[in-house]
Amino acid sequence: MHGETDMNEGGPSGRFAPSASPLVHPHGVTERSPATPSDPSFRASATRALGDAQLRANFRRAMDGLMAKRAAQFPDPGDLQALRDLGTAVRARSLLRLPELLEQLEASCARNGIRVHWAETCDQANAIVLGLLKAKGATRVVKGKSMVSEEMHLNAFLEAHGIESLESDLGEYIIQLDHETPSHIIMPAIHKNKGQIARQFSQKIKDATYTEDVDELTALARKVLRQKFLEADAGLSGVNFAVAETGTLCLVENEGNGRMSTHVPPLHIAVMGLEKVVARLEDVAPLYALLTRSATGQPATTYLNLISGPRAKDEMDGPREVHLVILDNGRSRIYGDPQLQATLRCIRCGACMNHCPVYTRVGGHAYEAVYPGPIGTILTPQMEGVGRRHDLIHGSSLCGACSEVCPVEIPIPDILVRLRREATHADAGSKVAGKGTGQTMTEDLAWRAWAAVLKRPRLYRLSAWFATRFRGLIPGGMPLLKAWTMSRTTPLPAPRSLQERIRKGGLPHV
Amino acid sequence: MNAATPTKAYFYGTCLVDLFFPDAGMAGIQLLQRAGVEVVFPEGQTCCGQPAYNCGFFEEARAVARTQVALFPQDLPVILPSGSCAGMMKHHYPDLFRGQPEEAAVRAFSARVYELTQFLVDVLDVKLEDLGQPVKVTWHSSCHALRDLGLKGQPQALIGQLAHVELAPLARERECCGFGGTFSVRHPEISGAMACDKAEDALATGASVVLSTDGGCLLNVKGVLEAQAAPLRVQHIAEFLWERTHAR
Repeated sequence: MHGETDMNEGGPSGRFAPSASPLVHPHGVTERSPATPSDPSFRASATRALGDAQLRANFRRAMDGLMAKRAAQFPDPGDLQALRDLGTAVRARSLLRLPELLEQLEASCARNGIRVHWAETCDQANAIVLGLLKAKGATRVVKGKSMVSEEMHLNAFLEAHGIESLESDLGEYIIQLDHETPSHIIMPAIHKNKGQIARQFSQKIKDATYTEDVDELTALARKVLRQKFLEADAGLSGVNFAVAETGTLCLVENEGNGRMSTHVPPLHIAVMGLEKVVARLEDVAPLYALLTRSATGQPATTYLNLISGPRAKDEMDGPREVHLVILDNGRSRIYGDPQLQATLRCIRCGACMNHCPVYTRVGGHAYEAVYPGPIGTILTPQMEGVGRRHDLIHGSSLCGACSEVCPVEIPIPDILVRLRREATHADAGSKVAGKGTGQTMTEDLAWRAWAAVLKRPRLYRLSAWFATRFRGLIPGGMPLLKAWTMSRTTPLPAPRSLQERIRKGGLPHV
Repeated sequence: MNAATPTKAYFYGTCLVDLFFPDAGMAGIQLLQRAGVEVVFPEGQTCCGQPAYNCGFFEEARAVARTQVALFPQDLPVILPSGSCAGMMKHHYPDLFRGQPEEAAVRAFSARVYELTQFLVDVLDVKLEDLGQPVKVTWHSSCHALRDLGLKGQPQALIGQLAHVELAPLARERECCGFGGTFSVRHPEISGAMACDKAEDALATGASVVLSTDGGCLLNVKGVLEAQAAPLRVQHIAEFLWERTHAR
């Protein structure tokens, strides 16, 4: 059920690359204007979420459970580190050879009868999917879980073109009934509890009777979905790993809906971000081991589908046609930056969000992005523009809990610091989307003044003298302090600074 | 102490200890002196530059950091009563100065940086004798001490040496208190929610003091505890250790 993990950055720009040379970097960057009131606001949404006691309780409980399950899977720190080192090396090496591996993947897929399509943008990817469906006269699609399809807003697109697109992952099915977006990349309906789902099913599923029994609820969804699998004209899925050497599409899931979606309908369309490729089948083993343990604390998932082509002549079942749509959507731009490239190592396990003290309190929807949580705070701004999502880049205390558990050791806090830099400085040579568009004169002046004082010890000493002498007079309502004092008292400087005491009385003696 | 143990070291006060916890600075110096270390406290100390660095204002951070590195020319350990500032100087200075003319000098400086409890345990191997009344305390690991600097239980080991101190761990010891420097003012709602949870966790331990090695976390948690008039105070670990182990 937690199926795939795909990612992609959706930048407005980002130039794609045909199969011959799949990673041409953009010459230009689409500049965005500074944040406007219509832009998404993490702070406003997060504040609303903080006021929702039920939501906070749901997330806290769920994330506690996931952290405990992951920890139980990694009892030995040495073993965990060895596996992480291996996983990181596999992903880093795959990225190093990315252009070459993508070409090899296309050739291997072609050999297997899988047709590969390249999309630079989400619009292009949607058009490709629509074209494939129309060519077959398909009007009913069942979907396995796919974050790239979320990136494409594929369901809405298909429905606008008169095609039913039904989510078959239980979590995705639950949120689709309520026209919601996923609040977690692995567990999309994690913001809801059992009671909320029970009410929803009883209202929205025909002939359903109210029950809070999890098995009965699952059976209810299963009954609806089973019929849909049999009726579907096409199945759509994501891809967790694509193997260049063998042309194999790996799909990790627990519910069997991934296998049904990709196996029963006559047409299977897989969508993936272009970073998902690995060189060899052996590369999948450590990544799979890390993915399932990091994501849901499982040593293995119920299903690991290795899809290697359409139904062969002598086979009884399987799709007649298999297509693979490879999406760029800004990824090649990220790829072009040596530091930011680490963003693309992600295998979409969601461990960073499970362990994030911010995500745990505000939930996934507050991020107003396809990818929430720590990985979202580095991915979304690179896709949408660092100025536009400036408050998201600052939506982290840089505590490092995310990078500590990341199975492929993405240095998320370091990348956040870099993106904060990019948001406020238009450095020459930078390819980051929206660079410099978060710059404000106020912040520039504030840091300039900060440095002017702190690089001059005498000015610092003077400021310290004032702060300690007038410590009782600091107005709580002054800028910055006003925010601080929303839930805290005004910090009170000591009567005399350490330096002043040492200057006047000398060092202590023991 | 063996022959290789340093007999002289620099002390870097940090801006938060300088302004808000000077007693912790004094105590840190005294703990070192009692262990036989001659402490040098250079004039001209301001700030490690972390706030600007974390916000991406690297030039400003560098301008300040440069003046601070220059205060410690001799090949002596540099000891800080802060995991966060030590993490900045030890692990982020090399990044901040990458490609700059002084990169090599900064790297040499960074290699000499220690957080206080790290130095007391790993280098000096101090032995403490508890002279205080029985008390129950709890320990908050600052994220940067834990993950940037890689503190591995040194503060707890020191507390553990005190015969009359009971250490009651937090339920979520490794979770951030919500300070995060500028995070606390850019996202005060989330930061405040995190700080309130940390305070609640600390209260639930039944301890009467929350100890930490970082002024930022202490100010943050103290602010919430005071706002709620909670029966619990915060204290820097250096001050706590010194208070309990010296004869008055």
